[in-house]
Formats: sequence, C-alpha cells, structure tokens
Amino acid sequence: MLKVSFKTLLAKCWRDPVWRGVLFQNGLILVIVLIGYQIIQNTLHNLETRGISTGFDFLSQSAGFGIIQTLIEYDESFSFGRTFVVGFLNTLLVSSFGVVLATFLGFLVGIASLSSNWLLARLAGAYVECFRNIPLLLQIFFWYFAVLGVLPSPRESLVWGDSLFLNVRGIYLPKPELSGDTSIFFGAFVFVLLVLVALIWVGRRYKRQSGRTLPAMKTLSVVSLITIPLIAGWLSGVQLNWDLPVQGRFNLSGGLTLIPELVALLLALSIYTAAFIAEVVRAGIQSVSSGQREAAAALGLRQGRILKLVVIPQAMRVIIPPMTNQYLNLIKNSSLATAIGYPDLVNVFAGTTLNQTGQAVEVIAMTMAVYLLISLTVSLFMNLYNRYTAMVER
Amino acid sequence: MIEPRKPPVMNDGLPGWLKSRLFSTPLNTITTLVILYGFYLAVPAFWNWAVTEATWQASGSEECSSSGACWAFVNVRLNQFTYGFYPVDQQWRVDLFFLQLAVVIGWITLPRLKGKGWALAYGLLVMPFASWAMLYGGFAGLQTIETHLWGGLMLTLLLALCGMIASFPFGVLLALGRRSKLPMVRAFSTAYIEIWRGVPLITVLFMASVMLPLFVPENVVFDKLLRALIGIVMFQSAYIAEVVRGGLQAIPKGQFEAFASLGLSYWQGMIKIILPQAIRLVIPGIVNTFIALFKDTSLVLVIGLFDLLAIVQSGLSDPVWLGNAVEGYLFAGLVFWLFCFGMSQYSKRLEKQL
Repeated sequence: MLKVSFKTLLAKCWRDPVWRGVLFQNGLILVIVLIGYQIIQNTLHNLETRGISTGFDFLSQSAGFGIIQTLIEYDESFSFGRTFVVGFLNTLLVSSFGVVLATFLGFLVGIASLSSNWLLARLAGAYVECFRNIPLLLQIFFWYFAVLGVLPSPRESLVWGDSLFLNVRGIYLPKPELSGDTSIFFGAFVFVLLVLVALIWVGRRYKRQSGRTLPAMKTLSVVSLITIPLIAGWLSGVQLNWDLPVQGRFNLSGGLTLIPELVALLLALSIYTAAFIAEVVRAGIQSVSSGQREAAAALGLRQGRILKLVVIPQAMRVIIPPMTNQYLNLIKNSSLATAIGYPDLVNVFAGTTLNQTGQAVEVIAMTMAVYLLISLTVSLFMNLYNRYTAMVER
Repeated sequence: MIEPRKPPVMNDGLPGWLKSRLFSTPLNTITTLVILYGFYLAVPAFWNWAVTEATWQASGSEECSSSGACWAFVNVRLNQFTYGFYPVDQQWRVDLFFLQLAVVIGWITLPRLKGKGWALAYGLLVMPFASWAMLYGGFAGLQTIETHLWGGLMLTLLLALCGMIASFPFGVLLALGRRSKLPMVRAFSTAYIEIWRGVPLITVLFMASVMLPLFVPENVVFDKLLRALIGIVMFQSAYIAEVVRGGLQAIPKGQFEAFASLGLSYWQGMIKIILPQAIRLVIPGIVNTFIALFKDTSLVLVIGLFDLLAIVQSGLSDPVWLGNAVEGYLFAGLVFWLFCFGMSQYSKRLEKQL
C-alpha cells in the first residue's frame, strides 16, 4: 500500500490546490534567486573588467566639484557623502515649497471651477485642460529658457523699491537676520509649542468626557505662538535686521538669492500639479450631495458655517487619498530638476557623482532608496491623517 | 381682492443668462469685469504677436520681425521635428507607420465601425513588431536605419505605443499576483509595484541606461532605445497593475465563486470571466495612464534620446535660429496637447458609455 510511485505522487500534488500553490511559489522563488544570482555575477564581473571597486567607500572621498546652491556648508573639498546630503536637502526644499504652492493654487482653481460666475469657471477649466496635457519637462524648459532666460543682465536688473531685484541670474530679496541672543527667542517658541500640544491633548480628553470644547483654543494658540516668543525676544534684546541686496559693479551682493533654476522648477511644478489638484478638489466638493447643503441651510446655518462644518469635512475624505498621490507625484517630478541643472539629488548624485566615480549600482540604489523612503513616509502620514478624517462606520 | 402684482422679472434669453451667470452679485460683476479686462489686454497682444506680425518664411532668425513670432523656425524644422534624423528618402516608411497607427486608432475609437476586436488584436499583437521591423529594416531589400537616427514625433509615438502595449500583460500579471492567495506571489508583486511606483521615472531611466549593461554578460550589447524601453515598461507595468487591480476589486465575489463552481480552473476563470469584465471597467483608467506615459516619454532626453521635445530643444541652440524658444516650445506643447487632450476626451466619453 505504501508503494506509491513518484509519478502518481507528483500528479496528486498537482491536483491538490495547496500543494500546487507550494510548488508554484517555490518555483517562483527559485527563478527569482537564479536571475538575481546571474545578475550579481554579471555585474561583479563587468565591474571588475572595468576596474570599478564595489562598496560605499567612495562616499568619504573628496568630491572636487562645486554646487550652485547649497543649504548647508559645502565646497569642493567636501566628500561625496556630503554632496548626497546637499542634493537631498535641495530636493526637500523644492518639494516642500512646491507642495505648498501647488495646494494653494490648486484649491483656488478647483473652487473657481465651481464658481457661479460662468467666465471664471470656464477660465479655471481652461487652466486645467491646458497645463494638465503638456509634459512637465516642456513646462520647466519653457519657464527656464523662454521666460527667465531672457531677463536682463545683472547690470540692467529690474528693481522694485530698491530691495527686490530681478535679472537673468535670479531673484534677489531682502534676507531677514536675527542678531543678539536668539536662543531665548527660539526657546520660547518651542516652549509655547509644547505647552499648546499638551493643552490640545487635555482639551481633547475634556471633550471626550464632557462633550464640550475648551473655549477659544484656536485664537489663543495662534496669538500666544506669535506674541510670547516675540516678547521674550524683545526683552532679551534680539533684533531683526534686513540684509538688503546691493547692486555692485558687475553683480549683486548680499540678500537672499533665488536662483533661476529653483524659480523655474517651482513655477512649473506648482502650476502643473495645481491643475491635477484642482480636479481633485472639484471632484471632492461635488461629491458632497446638495441635500447636505440644503439640510444645513434648513437648520439655519450661514453660508460660511455650512462650508466649514458640513461641506469641507465631507469633501476632505474624498480629497485626501488622491491628493496624497499628487504630492507624491510632485516630489518624484522634482527630479526633472536635473534637466535644467538645479542641484537636486538626481542631478548632483545620480548625475555628477555617478559620472565621477562610476559607482553606478551604489549611486542609483541610494537615489532610489531615498525616493522610496520619502514616498513611503508621505503615504504613511497621509494614511494616518486619512484614517483620522475617515467616516466612522459601523 | 388680490392686489395686482408686477410681472415676473425676465430670467431667460441672453439677458437672463448674462444676469444669472455673470452679474448675479456685486462680487460676480467685479470678477467678470476683471477677467474681461484681462482678455482685452492679452488676446489682441497675443494675436498680433502670433499672427499679424509673425514671419512664416525666412532662412534665419535675423530675417524675422522683432515684434512677431518667428514661425519660420518651426516651418524649416518641421521635417526634423517629425522624423528625427531618419534619412529623407526613407521617410515613407515612417509615413506608413503613422498611417497604420491612424487607421488602427481610428478603427478602435470611432463609433459604429465593426470588427473592433480584430483591430485591437492587430494593434496589440502585430503592430508594435511590424512597425519596429519596418522602421529598422534590414530585410527584403529595406535599408537598415539604426535607432540612433530615430527621433522627433515618430520616436515619441513609438516609445509611448510600445511602452504601453508591452507593459500591459506584465501589469495584468502583477495585478493578479497582488490579489493572489499565495503569500509569496502576493509579496513579490506588492513589492515590485510599490518599489517602481515609489521612484521617479528619471531614476528608472538612469538605471536602465547605466546599470542594465552591467547586468548582462559582457558580449551582449543592448541598443540604447531598447534599454530606455525596458525601463519604461518596468515602470509602467506597476502603474497598469494598480489600475487593473482596481477593476479586479470591483468584480463581485459571486463571479469568482461562480466560475469555481462551474469547475473552471484559476486561469480559465480569470481569462474567460474575470479579466474581460475587470479590464472593461478600467479602460478609462488605462487611457489615463497612457496619457501620463505619453507625456513622460519626453524624459528620455536625459539619457540622450531625441524625442519631440529633445529635438525642439536642440534646435533652439542652432546659431542661425537663436531666440526662438517661445515658438519652439509653443509648437511642441501644442502637439503634445492635441494628443493628450484627444485621449482625455476619449476617456471621458468611454466613462459615460460604461
């Protein structure tokens, strides 16, 4: 009885879904491992014949190239590891400003497209159809080469009120500078922030237990967050000075400079993404049935209260998930910076660093890992926020 | 006795429309006037620049009028923008490709034409290979045209088309894998999808162009265009997978149970029952990913391929034609816009039909 031939055993396994699953999955793992092994072998061999060493030692070597915009101290003598950080910070800079600008513009256009004014609604619709259907890279080029590229030279800068200059090398703004003992100012700010967080926590518990909200929390928090650090700073003698850009013989000096690469990228990214966000916002607001508005109006709520208490909370549930996608797209799209030479992660690391070291595998892997990390972090936070706002269903 | 009332205010016709749509409140009136003033400033100025004072025929930027657009630049370069560096005497092959594309797409999209299934099958299974073979040549007396000579609109269309069609089967497989009951298959598919969706296409293209040659044995040489295409397909199939997954999730559980109770195997049930319904549901979503891919093909310029945008961009640095950036970008933008807008209108129409 125990003499079951191998063939029948195999046939039996094949017919049994559980065994077939196990077989299939093991086969898949085997194939992936084999392909992976082959790729690693090929890569090691190819790198060896080209005389490229593997590993991350190159990160501590001196980079030897300059970067036109850095948020942290950097010059040619710093290491490739430092260029990685510089590029990463520049990516974060353009992404975060882009997200804020795109959200603002997107909400504006989205709400405008629902306006009762026919002309305004059509104009918003035209905006969406126009910018959504043209490649982002083309728009970046347009702003960079066709608009900012034809600005006057530094000598013939356009000037507004002696403190704002615009020329082909960028936008020059007054730069705020704090002098004196700034630690008290920032210390007070952090302290007030911590107290407010604690207060909000207490307030929420109070609301859960009693059903009533603590009075005037929002006004109080905004006012105290601004005034208390200011008073503390004023008492301890912190002063705010503006470092104005000054026109020299050949160039402008001082102040805060926004390089044209950054400006073009920000303009293109936010205008392009805003077209998508506008559609998301429009769909979200339209998803709230008109009965909800009418019911709220019948209860005697005014227009502003209806929007704030009834329409927007329900619209946000529909808006947040696609909005998350748009934020992620914007962050990933910021990598197009490399095409106009804005020193983002892809440009200084996957571009210049890769060319200088030849460490393709490590460099590309690190670049991809960073974007993956950003993507996963943003989706995690947006999912948490989404869960917080989602409808409670039984 | 009821007092006589005033007649109701006229609310229809042009005056009624104007009043309700443009001048209903003071704020609305101000908005309308501001927008109209903006039009008054912008439209005549643009018209003058683009049409009235534009130059259509010239042999260099210097012959163009300074106050109008220099369309002569686009005019002179039109051939290059369309065909790239494809030899002029061989361009009939590209025309044939365009024609074939137009016929197949027209057949699929225009209503009231019979045999859409056949057109679709031809478009998906035969056209990409036939087009590639025809463009590359090297058989039946056709001259071989190396891929580095391909460019312009032709390359944009070819990349978008091949990228989309090749990524579709992988996308469907990945979507099925992500919904599979087998944990290893599910984990692999999920990881693949999330990784490719989490990184920018530009890094994928870099990877395809720099790392792919390292992955294969030394003596295997990959064409640059083919490498870009592999990168695009790897990237795009993850997006297709998510769209198809949406369709799969929308199929009621009863359908799965029904095919199982009929005794159909997993693959039989999927191919005959589930996928046709699921894909039908998500055709608008697929068209939307196609629009995204079409725009994204412009990124191949960072790895040195000359698609429409790249060829316009390189034309701008020609010393004879300096200072025509606006005209060049407007032209390229218009071409991209026409294709994408057309596709988005088609997707909207489908959404209404389904």
